[in-house]
Amino acid sequence: MEKVITHTGIGVPLRRSNVDTDQIIPAVYLKRVSKTGFDDALFAGWRQDEEFVLNREPYSRGSVLVAGPDFGTGSSREHAVWALKDFGFRAVLAARFGDIFRGNSGKQGLVAGVVEQADIELIWKILENQPGTEVTVDLETRTVRCDTVTVPFEIDDYTRWRLMEGLDDIGLTLRHEEDITAYEARRESWRPTTLPART
Amino acid sequence: MGKTLAEKVWDAHVVRSGGGNEPDTIYIDLHLLHEVTSPQAFEGLRLAGRKLRRPDLTIATEDHNTPTADIFKPIADLTSRTQIETLRKNAEEFGVRLHSLGDAEQGIVHVVGPQLGLTQPGMTVVCGDSHTSTHGAFGALAFGIGTSEVEHVMATQTLSLKPFKTMAITIEGDLPEGSTAKDIILAIIAKIGTGGGQGYVLEYRGKAIEQLSMDGRMTICNMSIEAGARAGMIAPDETTFEYVKGRPHAPTGADWDSAVEYWKTLRTDDDAVFDAEVVLQAEDIEPFVTWGTNPGQGLPLSARVPDPQDFEDETDRVAAENALKYMDLTPGTPLKEIEVDTVFMGSCTNSRIEDLRAFASIIKGRKKADGVRVMVVPGSARVRLQAEAEGLHHVFEEFGAEWRFAGCSMCLGMNPDQLAPGERCASTSNRNFEGRQGKGGRTHLVSPVVAAATAVRGKLSSPADLPPAEPTEIGGPAQPDVTIERRSA
Repeated sequence: MEKVITHTGIGVPLRRSNVDTDQIIPAVYLKRVSKTGFDDALFAGWRQDEEFVLNREPYSRGSVLVAGPDFGTGSSREHAVWALKDFGFRAVLAARFGDIFRGNSGKQGLVAGVVEQADIELIWKILENQPGTEVTVDLETRTVRCDTVTVPFEIDDYTRWRLMEGLDDIGLTLRHEEDITAYEARRESWRPTTLPART
Repeated sequence: MGKTLAEKVWDAHVVRSGGGNEPDTIYIDLHLLHEVTSPQAFEGLRLAGRKLRRPDLTIATEDHNTPTADIFKPIADLTSRTQIETLRKNAEEFGVRLHSLGDAEQGIVHVVGPQLGLTQPGMTVVCGDSHTSTHGAFGALAFGIGTSEVEHVMATQTLSLKPFKTMAITIEGDLPEGSTAKDIILAIIAKIGTGGGQGYVLEYRGKAIEQLSMDGRMTICNMSIEAGARAGMIAPDETTFEYVKGRPHAPTGADWDSAVEYWKTLRTDDDAVFDAEVVLQAEDIEPFVTWGTNPGQGLPLSARVPDPQDFEDETDRVAAENALKYMDLTPGTPLKEIEVDTVFMGSCTNSRIEDLRAFASIIKGRKKADGVRVMVVPGSARVRLQAEAEGLHHVFEEFGAEWRFAGCSMCLGMNPDQLAPGERCASTSNRNFEGRQGKGGRTHLVSPVVAAATAVRGKLSSPADLPPAEPTEIGGPAQPDVTIERRSA
């Protein structure tokens, strides 16, 4: 995973709450077997509306999405994160996130920053009044800067560390493989196995 | 201080403690796979030269993409077919047990696991699917994960996780006649909201929960994610043990005794403290229906479409305005006057044998409303066989419903079963998101009996709204000689 310490890019105001992962990427686009090529699928339903924010310049070149509360609820599809990244997003800011979406973001180098709703409203106004304004998301200081405004954001320490170091989770876990082997040795023998198959 | 059920299961699976600052490494007892969220994970293993650590704790089914008609023909949609074929190749390469379309054990992954006895109390169960919470009905800690985590489990049989918070949801008293497990969970989500459970494992408890069958408990735990929770759990009891006993992968002999002895310890201690508690009275729970575009936007069926102006919170008001526009509904309309085009009886929420029996019990001896399409989709091939052994398929077909093969079907717009733009559906599934059942489709989430009554009347209805049924011999009387589910020796 690439390291992320700070990111600056055009902010995109998405005035919607409960943006579930079916809106971020409808199921019909989940049939691919690759991790890339999902940019056209991002918000596919809403993008049919010419007025949708991502269809308008300069927002269409945005890389920091500023959304309403409960962003990324619903389905566990990591495709939602791949689609946001393919489109060019590097950070999403919202007051609340779906748990699985937030976890998936951390694995793919997409910063999911929790920002208070009052601050989100403030940033929305700036981005709507001055389209093209850049937003800086700084993991070092855990702050978001937008025009003259600087507000804090929350991200858990471990995810922040992994993002800043660009670390691969599997590699980290396998550093302690002997603990897994030891656990397996003391696991109850009656626990079910799928093999050999019984039907 | 005592421990909650969730904490007990967690503690029993700590491979390596993170000491509070770092995540714990948690062992995974069962990893369920399906075709949609696994291909990129297998590819990741291959690229890194890693092995699947425990094929014997892994099982795969085909469910999301699969058609529910003409299942023995090649899948017409080429990208769907590629995804299914990719799963088959990966299963062969990595030695994973796979139940393919046409196999007697194929079906929705969350129906197949419990049915085979692979889901047992006190386990950790994961799958690249948010409705993995279903398995919590057995007192397992079960939750959905993304594809990166799928790959992590494949490679290590563990996950790195920070402990979840715990929330008790107590349903006191007795559920009224006509209300079901689905109504309980829809009422809970309407109360705590789609974000109310974020970061929590919900433990459902109280008399109304204890009285539910395993199928009902699975319906409740299934929709925990719709309240934003990672998982939902119900403490195992005699109902649970009775369900597991005799299934193909259940422990036997002395192992059974050891297992039950352990399972009986899996209850929240009296002096344990939850991070949050919610209490609902069962007698207040009426048949429930959603009117909006998220599962928290629900009301008792006897209510009217709400007026957005009545919402105090601006975010809720805007969400209600958007929802009513998408749903094409007018504030003040009685919910029971909303006409539907389609009734969908199926999904991992409600497609087990008891759900099909409940649906059949309402439509039997009645006529389907003109112009309404009714689809009945069993959760697994095994459930389909069981329903046919009981003659339920005759009831469905006589009523004019389509009796399909097993799969996710119209729960999500990924296979041929989809709503057309503007079509309105009463659905026993779990999500009423915009376009979830097909682009432009409109979804009202309901229980199986409300779905059945709606199919009769053509408008959202509960069984109490129907005139008495005609006596009929179709489907025959109940057949006591057929066991509820196939049992192995």
